[in-house]
Amino acid sequence: MTSGRSLTARPAGRHALLVELSDAEHTAAFHAEVLRRRAAGTLPPVAEVVPGARTVLLDGVPDPQALARGVVGWEVPPVPADDGDVVEIPVRYDGPDLADVAALWGVAPEEVGSRHRAHTYRVAFCGFAPGFGYLTGLPPRLHVPRRSTPRTRVPAGAVALAGPYSAVYPRATPGGWQLIGTMPDPRPLWDPARERAALLTPGTRVRFVAADARPQDPDPAPSGGAPRDATPADTAPAAGAGTEAGA
Amino acid sequence: MTAELTTVRSGALTTVQDAGRPGHAHLGVPRSGALDAPAVRLANRLLGNDPDAAVLETTLTGCALRPDRDVTVVVGGAPCPVTVGGRPAAWGLPVRVPAGAVLDVGTATAGVRSYVAVAGGVAVEPVLGSRSTDLLSGLGPDPLRDGDVVAVGAAPRPVALPVAAPWPAPVAELVLPVRLGPRADWFSPAALHTLTSAAYRVSPHSNRIGLRTEGPPLRRLSDGELPSEGMVLGAVQVPPDGRPVVFLHDHPTTGGYPVVAVVPEPALAAAAQAVAGTPVRFTLAGR
Repeated sequence: MTSGRSLTARPAGRHALLVELSDAEHTAAFHAEVLRRRAAGTLPPVAEVVPGARTVLLDGVPDPQALARGVVGWEVPPVPADDGDVVEIPVRYDGPDLADVAALWGVAPEEVGSRHRAHTYRVAFCGFAPGFGYLTGLPPRLHVPRRSTPRTRVPAGAVALAGPYSAVYPRATPGGWQLIGTMPDPRPLWDPARERAALLTPGTRVRFVAADARPQDPDPAPSGGAPRDATPADTAPAAGAGTEAGA
Repeated sequence: MTAELTTVRSGALTTVQDAGRPGHAHLGVPRSGALDAPAVRLANRLLGNDPDAAVLETTLTGCALRPDRDVTVVVGGAPCPVTVGGRPAAWGLPVRVPAGAVLDVGTATAGVRSYVAVAGGVAVEPVLGSRSTDLLSGLGPDPLRDGDVVAVGAAPRPVALPVAAPWPAPVAELVLPVRLGPRADWFSPAALHTLTSAAYRVSPHSNRIGLRTEGPPLRRLSDGELPSEGMVLGAVQVPPDGRPVVFLHDHPTTGGYPVVAVVPEPALAAAAQAVAGTPVRFTLAGR
């Protein structure tokens, strides 16, 4: 699996290295390898490990050049399909762009939900807002462009598509993605008071499930390791002051 | 009992800042924290505070505060007139503010950001280990508004009163050393020469997210889109208009415009104090 894959370590200032990988799968595999080595204590100190679409940024590194020489020789096994926690996101498929997405996919609007739920996704990276995960796993034939005109306000919990990614907006922000549905209670997505502040962390696997099929009461034994409903019911999701569009 | 500060005048933008919340960039959380970190550490040291104790960061027009108990403060960073109860008081050194008296931090005479450190530190509730206001993602306390009350922590033991403190002078010209990369190869040698030789100026659209510049645009070799990638503090990002933006502490954690070079963190304090119109030169610091 390592043949044909290239790895380029690019300098990013005095204390960081931007490692560029061949594709999303290679990036996920390299990111997993970084975390494995960090957990095993065989990685030099790194303050931040920030995956991107085709890169992993290693920031806060004492000697980036030495690390660059090291990473080119790493054996990077592919990520097994069943690796990591699975988080279930309940979705009501009622988004304002459902008909547009259905037309792009060549299906009836009622079929968008079952197509979207048919895949297991993985959080490739986060960005745009705290707890906003870019989920890969949608087959290329279902990739859709961003909206030509971004919305000034996308509500918290909006389930969206753009390019190769699916996402759930952790809070209301401007946004240009196609909105296909709603996560009825988006509060678990981001709670800085919780030990694991973000529900969707890089590497986490995600399944979308039909919201209506679930009981109203939260499942007492959530699948996967992410805590649910750690938020008191009267706590509003963090209000944002985000200024840069990007999702 | 600890003191509270009532905001009499919040100024253009006054926020709580400490050393920020590094270590969460992979969740989309900016580092945040005081833009002029050395100024904060010096002000805290003068008070016997923890060097990373939270302070108030003002923007150009200062602020005014009234404590309900006697407090000791240091106003540092951007030089500005300081008064206590209407009487002139020292800038850059510990000042006693009696209960009920107004501490006025005036408009900066040079620089942009003055800091108000108080013995005991600003004691708002931390978020992800930091009290900093993050203006990009809205974490931490909101910017101060008139009438807001800010809690102060327990004051440390008084330290020997210094008679002078080594505050750096504001710069008339901002010289920013850069190391090329990670995306210098998106630009022609001519564009890289422009970056490191042309005269830029600080744009009035600069903020805690980035120091924007005005000057000759840097043309890319291609118009291709860069897949989102992690961004470091000090990254010199080149948006489609070609004018370099130096990322400051509230910068986004990932971005899709190429980073031509990176300014080392120690040089960013001066960048945070450069007023709009200040000449900027980027100089090559080697790789």
